[in-house]
Amino acid sequence: MTAPEEIEQLHAVRLRVNGVWHDAQVPARRLLSDFLRHDLRLTGTHVGCEHGVCGACTVLVDGKPTRSCLMLAVGARDHEVITVEGLGTPEAMHPVQQAFRECHGLQCGFCTPGFLTTIAAFVEENPDPTEDEAREAISGNLCRCTGYQNIVKSVLRTAEITRDSRSSETSGDQEAAEEARNVSVDHDGRAT
Amino acid sequence: MKPSPFAYSAPQSLDEALAVLADVGGDGKVLAGGQSLLPILNMRLAAPAHVIDINRVAELSYVTVDADSVQVGALARHAEVEHDDPAYDALPLLRQALRLVAHPVIRNRGTTVGSLAHADPSGEMTAVLALTDGTVTAARAGSTREIAAADFFLGPLESCLEPGELAVAARFPRLPVRSGCTFVEVARRHGDYAVCGVAAVVTLDEGGLVVSARTAYISVAPTPLVLDLTEAVAGRAVRGVDWAAAGELAGTQVDPEADIHATADYRRHLARVLTGRALAEAAGRVAA
Repeated sequence: MTAPEEIEQLHAVRLRVNGVWHDAQVPARRLLSDFLRHDLRLTGTHVGCEHGVCGACTVLVDGKPTRSCLMLAVGARDHEVITVEGLGTPEAMHPVQQAFRECHGLQCGFCTPGFLTTIAAFVEENPDPTEDEAREAISGNLCRCTGYQNIVKSVLRTAEITRDSRSSETSGDQEAAEEARNVSVDHDGRAT
Repeated sequence: MKPSPFAYSAPQSLDEALAVLADVGGDGKVLAGGQSLLPILNMRLAAPAHVIDINRVAELSYVTVDADSVQVGALARHAEVEHDDPAYDALPLLRQALRLVAHPVIRNRGTTVGSLAHADPSGEMTAVLALTDGTVTAARAGSTREIAAADFFLGPLESCLEPGELAVAARFPRLPVRSGCTFVEVARRHGDYAVCGVAAVVTLDEGGLVVSARTAYISVAPTPLVLDLTEAVAGRAVRGVDWAAAGELAGTQVDPEADIHATADYRRHLARVLTGRALAEAAGRVAA
């Protein structure tokens, strides 16, 4: 039996993922989600339903949250993709990652990459959301563990951290930014 | 859960796209936002031989507003139409409906014209096009035609677009003066397909009397159903109108089918109740 790769035409793609340009040859039907996981070995992007319902595979394409299972890798040619690996590092977490840790925004973690990318972009656009807006922002992401309460808190906390760091950046006070990032939280995840 | 193999073209211009479409004919499937097409490919409900990806045809990415209508190009994402303030000022129904189209992330990628071409009877924008008497522009190599909403939708997931044709734009006419509009729906979960959805437009005369009350429905018929309910409310002062009477009239004119999500009776009940609610809300939004 002939492997599909041998009979399928391959297409050259060049795209930037987490700041690094990648060149690859892929069949047209390769989904962006599979390209990230299989070709680039970036397995932080999770694949749940593969028809756009669960939100686990959400990545940022040119800054906009996008289902990577509903986009072809060839369609991402020349575009900028940010996956959960590109948000932050254990030493320098993105505000959304810090907020999820503080607010217990995850349990099993399967859905988390999709929430993190979605919320990172949302807070960038709306740094002072109401709880209703926070719920609307994550309405396209499914979580079967948490019951969402702590994820909603994480969205609001992400916004709080982002606002604090922005205001201290504008005043040029880096120490205050550090202070804001290290603010302690009670067991409900509320800043104290 | 992976697409079957297909040949792939990514034309850079409209002329090139139409040339490819003319070449592949009925074997070709146009990919724009892909938020309906990719699930279908992933689940192998369809296996087109050739996919024509129009995402690089930049000339189709526009939302423009003139004195008569809002025009949306085939590459305008739902989110771009939703957040376009001039389009909202010209026709608030666009934003009102788009907020109910799936979730924000899907709207970042999905296109308004694509959802019309997909012709899903539960697609909100099909009802908006039908209620505003809008049109779709279809192009093929060498010619274009303008198709009225009433002629565009043939059945579930079936438009009148022919092989080799590309839906390049949709045109949504503005409402008459002293009109108000809204879109309401009931879905099992916010962002899901509606069990029943109603778009409504109410128009008053200078004295505040109702001169027109029209509605369009999704998820109750094979194509978007438009009803003129004016006879139930015509000539009444807007404050004293019994909108539920118009809802009762609508209930006698819809003939939904049952499926696993709802019985036919429940859908008819929703059409009745949501009609009254939508008309009251639309009337309340008529600019003084």
